[in-house]
Amino acid sequence: MKRALNLWLGSLALTPVLLFLITGCNPSGGGRGDVIKIGEFASLTGKEATFGQSSHEGTVLAIEEINAAGGVLGKQIELLTEDTQSKAGEPATVVNKLISRDGVVGVLGEVASSRSLEAAPICQQNKIPMVSPSSTNPKVTEVGDYIFRVCFIDPFQGTVMANFATRTLHATRVAIFTDVKSDYSKGLAKFFKDQFLKNGGQIVAELDFNGGDKDFKGQLTAIKAANPEAVFVPGYYTDAALIAIQAKQLGLNVPLLGGDGWESEKLTEIGKEAVEGDYFSTHYSAEVGSEMSRAFVANYQKRWKGKRPDALAACGYDSALVLVDAIRRAGSTDGAKVRDALAATRDFKAVTGTITINAQRDASKSAVILTIRDGKYKYLETIEP
Amino acid sequence: MKSGAKRYLLLALLAAVVISFFSAYFNRYYLGVTIDVGINIILAVSLNLINGHTGQFSLGHAGFMAVGGYIAAKFSLMLSPALPPWAQPLIFGAGLLLGGSVAALTGLAVGVPTLRLYGDYLAIVTLGFGEIIRVFFQTTETFGAATGLTGIPNWTNFGWAWGSAAICVFVVTCLVNSTYGRGFIAVNDDEIAASASGVNPVRYKVTAFVIGAFFAGIAGGLYAHHKSFLSPTGFDFMKSIDIVVMVILGGMGRTVGVIIAAILLTLLPEYLREFSDYRMILYALLIIIIMITRPQGLFTFGFKVRNSK
Amino acid sequence: MTEFLQQLINGLALGAIYALIALGYTMVYGILRFINFAHGDVFMLGAFAGLFLTPVVQRFFPPQSYLGGIVVLLLAMAICTGFGILIEILAYRPLRNRPKLTVLITAIGVSLFIEYTCQHRLVFGAAPRKFPDLIPVTTWNVDQLVVSSTQVIVFVTTILLLIILRFIVQKTRMGTAMRAVSFNEQAAALMGVNINSIISFTFGLGSALAAAGGILFAMSYSSIDPLMGVQTGLKAFVAAVVGGIGNLPGAALGGILIGVIETFAGGIPGLSNYRDGIAFTILIVVLIFRPTGLLSKPQVEKV
Repeated sequence: MKRALNLWLGSLALTPVLLFLITGCNPSGGGRGDVIKIGEFASLTGKEATFGQSSHEGTVLAIEEINAAGGVLGKQIELLTEDTQSKAGEPATVVNKLISRDGVVGVLGEVASSRSLEAAPICQQNKIPMVSPSSTNPKVTEVGDYIFRVCFIDPFQGTVMANFATRTLHATRVAIFTDVKSDYSKGLAKFFKDQFLKNGGQIVAELDFNGGDKDFKGQLTAIKAANPEAVFVPGYYTDAALIAIQAKQLGLNVPLLGGDGWESEKLTEIGKEAVEGDYFSTHYSAEVGSEMSRAFVANYQKRWKGKRPDALAACGYDSALVLVDAIRRAGSTDGAKVRDALAATRDFKAVTGTITINAQRDASKSAVILTIRDGKYKYLETIEP
Repeated sequence: MKSGAKRYLLLALLAAVVISFFSAYFNRYYLGVTIDVGINIILAVSLNLINGHTGQFSLGHAGFMAVGGYIAAKFSLMLSPALPPWAQPLIFGAGLLLGGSVAALTGLAVGVPTLRLYGDYLAIVTLGFGEIIRVFFQTTETFGAATGLTGIPNWTNFGWAWGSAAICVFVVTCLVNSTYGRGFIAVNDDEIAASASGVNPVRYKVTAFVIGAFFAGIAGGLYAHHKSFLSPTGFDFMKSIDIVVMVILGGMGRTVGVIIAAILLTLLPEYLREFSDYRMILYALLIIIIMITRPQGLFTFGFKVRNSK
Repeated sequence: MTEFLQQLINGLALGAIYALIALGYTMVYGILRFINFAHGDVFMLGAFAGLFLTPVVQRFFPPQSYLGGIVVLLLAMAICTGFGILIEILAYRPLRNRPKLTVLITAIGVSLFIEYTCQHRLVFGAAPRKFPDLIPVTTWNVDQLVVSSTQVIVFVTTILLLIILRFIVQKTRMGTAMRAVSFNEQAAALMGVNINSIISFTFGLGSALAAAGGILFAMSYSSIDPLMGVQTGLKAFVAAVVGGIGNLPGAALGGILIGVIETFAGGIPGLSNYRDGIAFTILIVVLIFRPTGLLSKPQVEKV
């Protein structure tokens, strides 16, 4: 009796699975009908939700503006967003869904290089162009010729800060404080270190923290004991602000250096006086920024109720812009044609600067170095690629 | 009974392989999700052996999955460039077994020190082991550290996933229903009485961990070759909790229930994608409601609700 | 030597916060024999309560005053007491007689529910926020040592709360009832103890402590976000187990121990990237030698 029940239950269980499988037998088309579908995958919940939400808000703004101006190729764009929950394993499922079930013609995402790396092979195999807004690990675009990004990569940014430290700050003894959980942080740290050592500098201490931690006093005490002239903290603003505060509390009064992960109004909001005099590299500055970036900031604040955009939002915005522009230039939504158009992107005026896609499918654009003075960003210099 | 079970196994394997042949006709997304279901069945059934049948409350199952996944992936990455396509299934199978075996060893390493611990202590220690394993992979460059392993060949198809699931279910069910296997349930019910009756609790507890870990390792290997990418953050204690929820929902110790729970909990988030904003909130709420209304598991009929000891 | 002392100070301050949260875990476990996974999230709610209360309170009290700070602390504790009792009534009471595993999963569900709801745009949103300065902060520089007044306050407050808690548990009637329930629930009921109110009281007390921990944490580290309770809560739970779960001084000891060792480990270059795993390694090491925790008495299992 029990056996029969078990068997009955077992078959009952497998039925939804088979049904599920069979439902998907008919793949749906892409740009058919009156909308062009573009997919986006981002971490809207979970540990990195704050970054995913930012990027998403920038992307949504861009698509809304494009649609208001008439869309592309005479059709409106439908943005299909999927949440990856900051979890590994989700990007693969989600991108498969966007491509195979929803029939998107292009994919935007992700902020985290690890999740981009997971999704890229799928886009490549399906010949759907993918544009990452802010993944900086070089490996992402190496996956294949359908994968692009609109931000600069770790080797470039790390080198920028290393040279800044040597040439402008005249520092010879620097400590590096890396987020061991973030591959963006580790990448930046590695390239910074290589260049800094090449410049004849000395790395006096190398310590790690876990992104999301709140207490850094243990590590900062050790860094202070090593007596550095500056500390490179290639992480996100969520940690950088706290690190700055605690460093000052411990009496470690040397400038901190960072990358584009620092850029957010939260940095000065949380860090306040502690971040005064620190430096970081990023994509653009409001001071030398174009009218376009000023308009972006204003529109973003209007759309998202007074919130100021951070670098990730700007990159999310640009990724959408670049993809749509490529569709426009290609004159079609065919994957191969859009890919060629993306690869041919030259001097495209975007919020985060003038973007040219180079042979490695990365964005060749300049970085700016900013410092924080009186609670505001102050532009220092531009570094050309 | 045994021959009947073998018949079901062969039938299941045949069905898996046949459906696999038609893979190209299925939508990639749906196929991908069903493979996820297969992998989750292995995870849930293997954890059920430890938690449900033997009553050892383990919260670190994702750690075993990670070990199996990384080892199998590394194996494939090292060997696949040098080999012709016909050797691929062999390499895959060997890699899976290797991953499973190393995971089993890890299970041994976890099972032995935890012998003297019970209930919540055991839970927290196994959780700790799971976290330590994750931290290990996060900091070791050979396994890609924070970046993870990329470019793992995509060898897992429906046949491999569901075939392995069928084998796992077969092995665990036969094990538990055998005379030897009664020992697991004896240890679960009352350890002192069991040892007084000549059943060695040490042997059973460790065996449960080792076998459970072995299959979790296989699941990990299948997972690695399905997503083509491994990241240490995918194996944190939230993943362990996901698997534990499947086991509890299915009713601890009821293999069929656990399988159904695994299927449901993998498919449900996909259906909930419509409400993407509220998806996880609904999922959490669902767990709470199900636990309050049907705590013996959704699929246990005629099973007396055990009162707390 | 200076570095050692500095790390010690840092560790004690961090450990004090872990201790506060661990106390809540251990109290609930002592009475109910289950791990309240949602405890870390009550900690988070306390911090957010403080965030929203501060501007309101500062209209009546001068900003950055000790009095204002204490009022915010007490109000946040009160709010979270309410939350804790609410969670208990809605989610845990229906499961009073079920196996512990069921309640555990429900607790996990509650924890996830609180976290995801708070991350939603309409609630708090996932972005971290600045916690306002509740009290004036001064730093004392002795030689090369830096001690912040916040660290001292955190430590002192924890000790105070611990003393108050011990007083409640040992000397008051409620406390005696709590202890009775933790020894033998049925006998206590036979003696006329109202089990439901004792349990609610325990939850309320534990949640108040968590809220206090949340406010102190927010004061020390300035940035709060909906997921702040996850890692901290987990480490505090580990601390409670290390000290012997169900044992109040043990929880405090465990908290301080983990805080100090974690801080020292952070300062060692090769070890700092394993920081996440430190708490668990301590746990495993302690439990191998003393399976019921550092301060708890091994229980003889009756046949």
